[in-house]
Amino acid sequence: MCGIVGIYLKSKKFEKSLGGMLSKMLISMESRGPDSAGFAIYNRDKNKLFKYSICLNEMSFDRFKKEIKEKINFTKLEKNSDHVILKSTLKPSKILPILEDFKGISLVGYGKSIEIFKQVGKPSNVVKKFDLNKFSGSHAIGHTRMATESAITTDGSHPYSTGEDECLVHNGSLSNHNNLRRKLKKNGSKFNSDNDTEVAAGYISDSLKDRNLKQTLKKGLSDLDGFYTFIAGTHSGFAVLRDEIACKPAVIAETKDYVAISSEFQAMAHLPNVNSAKIFEPEPGVVYSWGK
Amino acid sequence: MLLDLKKLKLRSVNEKLQNIDRKKNKRDFVISNPEGNHAVCAGLTDNIDVTIKGHVGYYCAGMNQNANITVEGNVGTGVAENMMSGKVHVKGNASQSAGATAHGGTLIIDGDTSSRCGISMKGIDIIVKGSVGHMSAFMAQSGNLVVFGDAGEALGDSLYETNIYVKGKVKSLGADCEEKKMNKQHKIKLKELLKKAGSNIKPEQFKRYGSARKLYNFNIDNVSNY
Repeated sequence: MCGIVGIYLKSKKFEKSLGGMLSKMLISMESRGPDSAGFAIYNRDKNKLFKYSICLNEMSFDRFKKEIKEKINFTKLEKNSDHVILKSTLKPSKILPILEDFKGISLVGYGKSIEIFKQVGKPSNVVKKFDLNKFSGSHAIGHTRMATESAITTDGSHPYSTGEDECLVHNGSLSNHNNLRRKLKKNGSKFNSDNDTEVAAGYISDSLKDRNLKQTLKKGLSDLDGFYTFIAGTHSGFAVLRDEIACKPAVIAETKDYVAISSEFQAMAHLPNVNSAKIFEPEPGVVYSWGK
Repeated sequence: MLLDLKKLKLRSVNEKLQNIDRKKNKRDFVISNPEGNHAVCAGLTDNIDVTIKGHVGYYCAGMNQNANITVEGNVGTGVAENMMSGKVHVKGNASQSAGATAHGGTLIIDGDTSSRCGISMKGIDIIVKGSVGHMSAFMAQSGNLVVFGDAGEALGDSLYETNIYVKGKVKSLGADCEEKKMNKQHKIKLKELLKKAGSNIKPEQFKRYGSARKLYNFNIDNVSNY
């Protein structure tokens, strides 16, 4: 099962209501994934700060604040429930090793535009907890999980981010993820869970070094074995891919202002002007992409 | 009678349609604001007319008997699955497994359907005015599948005795499916089906596909493969 949702805005009209649009989509996909939920939201900020999305797990914010200030000089911290967005001018090559060695926390994503929040529990609770309604942005991707192959934890929740401003959500299951994980590890990729989707995200990050998102997903058709509908996001791009058997559902609605995708139409029944949108199912084995 | 799914619960709407008031004998219903709900109009048994104004989710009009259901929008997976009789008309597109396992009745789709249209169909007539996706009429046993547009990969794979008529291109035929001669009785039947769908296209414009019947019995020459 699992539910996936995403919105890519083609105009600025709905930037302020992006969080509200996505939260309704996530809540209506609760029946497909009641175990955990998460979302990645992209904001085209013009500042040059890097944003690091961190889940504090059991750690208190005050303790984290005290300890991180000892390790990184200039940081700005924004607390949102049990997550923190750490903002810094320092490059990821300096910050990432510090965060990776920091015991007790989980780095869930980083980049100049992406912020990721994910947690176990019902999607309606997760949406409320992080107050998704207040977010604005240019594109967003969300997931509701019905766990099948790995534990119900924050690390097992989607979206997965394995590179700067990259993220992936997945409905389905991969059968060659163990082999692929071994190969990617040899090339230097790091993984935090036993989850199959994290391997697909790692695969995409690895491939994006030499290709764009569309070419990467096209190559993925021959390298990723299993059932999937993917939604992948980058700094300014958004793409959808279904495997060639196409057992996992997806429907796209496109208007002049936005592109929305979800596992079922009911997740987007509330979107503005959706009844006059161009509504279609992505064809099996075809990459659909918007932006770069 | 107007049934607004924004105000009424889906279950109460379906219950109302499944148990119509015979004293009042009202047989015309309109459902508004379906908003992608699943199982709208599932399990109807009476000779009633229902119009659904908008897009619906999975298994719309499933198990239908006698009712005449029109959807003014798109439908999700498994529209009219296991239908026994009656008529379902979709004015938009349908997702996968349209008319799956259905024993009878007529399913008309004005747009396209995605994969596995008519999978394991057992007597229904399906008329698709657009194109159908891959693996359509997979293991189809009887009835007719008429496609005005094109058919995707592996059409009629492991087919039994369903007749498939396609006007456009067929990407590929599945195992044991082959092009067949269009005889007089097929033309008469196809003309009747096209009339049902309100079309005056000539039956001669279609090609007929059916089972080569080679998978019906085990071929002893293949024993070493198992």
